[in-house]
Amino acid sequence: MEHLIELKQVYKIYQMGEETVHALDGVDIAIDQGEFVAIVGSSGSGKSTAMNIIGCLDVPTSGSYHLGGVDVSTMDDDQQAEIRNKMLGFIFQQYNLIPKLTVLENVELPLLYAGLPSDERRRRALGALERVGLAEKQKNLPSQLSGGQQQRVSIARALAGSPSVILADEPTGALDSRTGREVLGFLKKLNREGDTVVLITHDNSIAVRADRIIRLQDGKIIYDGDARDPHAVVQPEQAGEEDEL
Amino acid sequence: MNYGQSFRLALKSLATSKMRSILTMLGIIIGVASVIVILALGNGVQGMIDEQVSKLGINTIVTYTWGRGDGSTMDLDPEDMYRLVEEHPDVLSGVSPYVSFQTVIRKGDQKLEKTNLYGVSEVMFNNHSQSTIDGGETLEQGRFLSYLDVERRQPVCVIGAYLAQELFNDDPLGQTLSIDGQSYTVIGVLKQIQENMQEGSSDDQLYLPYENALEIMGARNVTLYMFTSTSGATAGAAKAVIDRYLYDYFQDPDAYYIQTMEEQANMINAMMGVAIGVLVAIAAISLLVGGIGIMNIMLVSVTERTREIGIRKSLGAKRKDIRRQFVIEAGTTSAIGGLLGIGLGYLLAMGVGSILGASLSAQMNGATFSATPTPGSVLISFSVSVGIGILFGYLPANKAAKLNPIDALRYD
Repeated sequence: MEHLIELKQVYKIYQMGEETVHALDGVDIAIDQGEFVAIVGSSGSGKSTAMNIIGCLDVPTSGSYHLGGVDVSTMDDDQQAEIRNKMLGFIFQQYNLIPKLTVLENVELPLLYAGLPSDERRRRALGALERVGLAEKQKNLPSQLSGGQQQRVSIARALAGSPSVILADEPTGALDSRTGREVLGFLKKLNREGDTVVLITHDNSIAVRADRIIRLQDGKIIYDGDARDPHAVVQPEQAGEEDEL
Repeated sequence: MNYGQSFRLALKSLATSKMRSILTMLGIIIGVASVIVILALGNGVQGMIDEQVSKLGINTIVTYTWGRGDGSTMDLDPEDMYRLVEEHPDVLSGVSPYVSFQTVIRKGDQKLEKTNLYGVSEVMFNNHSQSTIDGGETLEQGRFLSYLDVERRQPVCVIGAYLAQELFNDDPLGQTLSIDGQSYTVIGVLKQIQENMQEGSSDDQLYLPYENALEIMGARNVTLYMFTSTSGATAGAAKAVIDRYLYDYFQDPDAYYIQTMEEQANMINAMMGVAIGVLVAIAAISLLVGGIGIMNIMLVSVTERTREIGIRKSLGAKRKDIRRQFVIEAGTTSAIGGLLGIGLGYLLAMGVGSILGASLSAQMNGATFSATPTPGSVLISFSVSVGIGILFGYLPANKAAKLNPIDALRYD
């Protein structure tokens, strides 16, 4: 069976002055429909680069990336934008809501760029807001909501376009631990309802809430397997840098 | 698609920073307002000229004859001109020789030295419109020169309001004054033209039979004739008749010059058009500066909203979506600036128009002056201002469109 996300021998190489940085150094990742995967790693491990490539925000230097069976690794800006719009839902650490737009307008944005008519946008955005329990806040501005609520709005926005993959980049990073747990619970619920969720985090305690963990270090995968396996959270070269972020 | 939202967003961001918006629009506001004012005033003046021409009758034809340049000028007898009119009653209805010079006027021991004398015939006064055919001057009291006055070289004259006031204490009819030692009886007084009369001004004038004028001047021939055609429609044909005659006479097209009133008005209008064009071009520089102001603020806005652009791109906005959003924002800014400019221009045109109109109207024998911006000029100013916003908004919008979504998302 074809994988939903399939990275084969992906390299991402940056030239920083004299130095060549291998942000991703021959990575193979395959994720199937309905999985809940955490990509874990410390700062500089390459997890952000992996997230950018999976999220079609960047293209690999070499190697291939198939998303839903389509090779997206050689696409240009606008083609990637279309893939992001149709197949990906982003959840960011900083929520990334547009402050001037109301909650409903924020959730409608991906549908707007998909070119849906306004009544259809409205119906779907309200549906997504209902799923996160914030339909009654639709007319509010993001600044009138708490951090947890804002993150739920951003989840609703990610859901609105019915994407194939929900990509959550440190979704709990800006929240207190209780609200963070709520948001994680929410992602888990989405996953149980059938959504594919990819979580990017540096935090083991969050990563273990996923079903599967992919651990990156220096641009290489050092673990890929069940989240309940004790090896998943063991860090061979742990040197306290974990707490740095 | 997202035109509506872009437009609402643009209005929203204009409303949230009002001071900045006003300053951004200022160049456009001033530019549009000046264009509107200039066009409105020009329009007013042109309307005034047209009104004046139609009042005077577009059947006046001015003919200058100065003969050939080699000195072999043959005298053109006014009688020849009269005959020409008689021979072509279908197109020509009259002619007045026109002799003008300044001379000294005396009454008792009073002396005026700068009075303008005009030697003319009775044709100079249009009985239908009750005004002179060249300047539309009307009578205050008395009558104008008659055929017999001219034919018999009667020592009579029609005087300007200044003479009436200075020499006769406003009761001049039947009284006499002296020109070059001969006594002339006042038969008519013209209406005051200018608000402030003074020596040598338009109101310091006197009309008398042309042959008397030639005698006083010591000249033998008339160089300027005022013809009248039977109607405005025959003015062209009348000009052709005069032209044929004068060409036969002088054998040289440079020896004379014929111009109908309509041509004269057209020439003035053309000159006005050039002057207005130059002024509008200068005002348009302000529009250009306004456009640069918009571009500047849009560049700042793109930088400030880098993160927003990143978010939109991550959600699937293509380059053209981002570009359109910023172009619409720039266009909206300049469109609102344009509307404010049109409003301001209207007010200014009304204000300046009523002040200028009063003085112009007094000088132009009560012709009405209305400085109303034409719908065309309003429409053009508005479209130009929107166009400038779009033009100058394009560069910042394109910059925004090309932002890399990863960098834009990380931007603080």
